[in-house]
Amino acid sequence: MRFLLLSVLVGLLGVNQIIGQTIQEIDSDELLTLTGKSNDTTYVVNFWATWCSPCVKEIDYFEELHRNDQLKNIKVILVSLDFPNQVKERLIPFLEKKNITASVMLMTDLNYNTWIDQVDPSWSGAIPATLIYNKKNRVFLEKEVSMSELLEHVNQIMN
Amino acid sequence: MKKAILTSALTLLALMLVTAGLKPGDNAINFSLKNVDGSTVSLADYNDQKGVILVFTCNPCPFAKAYEQRIIQLDAKYASLGYPVVAINPNDVELSPEDTFDKMKGRAAEENYSFPYLKDSSQEIYKAYGASRTPHIFLLEKKGNKFKIAYIGSIDNNAMDAASVTENYLEDAIGAVMAGDTPNPDMTKAIGCTIKSKT
Repeated sequence: MRFLLLSVLVGLLGVNQIIGQTIQEIDSDELLTLTGKSNDTTYVVNFWATWCSPCVKEIDYFEELHRNDQLKNIKVILVSLDFPNQVKERLIPFLEKKNITASVMLMTDLNYNTWIDQVDPSWSGAIPATLIYNKKNRVFLEKEVSMSELLEHVNQIMN
Repeated sequence: MKKAILTSALTLLALMLVTAGLKPGDNAINFSLKNVDGSTVSLADYNDQKGVILVFTCNPCPFAKAYEQRIIQLDAKYASLGYPVVAINPNDVELSPEDTFDKMKGRAAEENYSFPYLKDSSQEIYKAYGASRTPHIFLLEKKGNKFKIAYIGSIDNNAMDAASVTENYLEDAIGAVMAGDTPNPDMTKAIGCTIKSKT
């Protein structure tokens, strides 16, 4: 009985974490605003989905980057390409389980051909893919990255 | 045996020349791959057809699954018009255990594939074509005695819901080819699963 009570408490704590993570829905205009800013911040925009195994593997690195206090003026955004009808069933449970605190956005425009080239002309559309940029430098990676590769690219863009 | 070595050497040479992948207007590359029914299927087997709808696809990718019924319907509609579907699974089986030859056989049987489902076990064919994701379509058109690439890209513009499609890129491209025109667009992009490869 005591065990059950504990489980319920743990369950309740879990609920708080879900409330902590909000998923902002974006369309292609909002996405292109996000990938074309010109200010002092370095943006790390990762395109991913819960069903994409290499994406799931590397998402902890992006979360680690987001939680890194030593890097200033950096913003990590995880753009989910999960189908909008799978948010409740897959996306939210996944973020809850992984305890993701980095900003998560859901791309709602499924007319991919109209915006993939505008994010980066070299992108074939395969994920994972990551855009790292600021007003001076820009790199687009259509591949899975390791933590060290990610940090190396971020440092190159920032310096 | 000598012939086999020579063929392999020539295939390798051809691959080295086209590492960047194919573009619309390029000649298609012949392949000879094992089908789920145990036979070997080559592009040359389709020499009497007007074209081929070549689909790089796989078992587990949600986009491949979302398009599976549409691919089956494409073959039902276009095979009799001279444009049959040929599906190729390019994924490494260690990185993607759902894509073993046995699992491919299972899927083709369950869903009653009316078309070949071939394994690109050496992964040379998808690289030569320049396929990068699943599903990835290459529409081939027979011109003279050669197959040429007419269209590369997505089937349509809504992976999640066939009923919400507003642009039928592939069917429009087939229509253009049938009318003797060049498809417009002849290339489209779409979100998809990466092709799983160790190299």
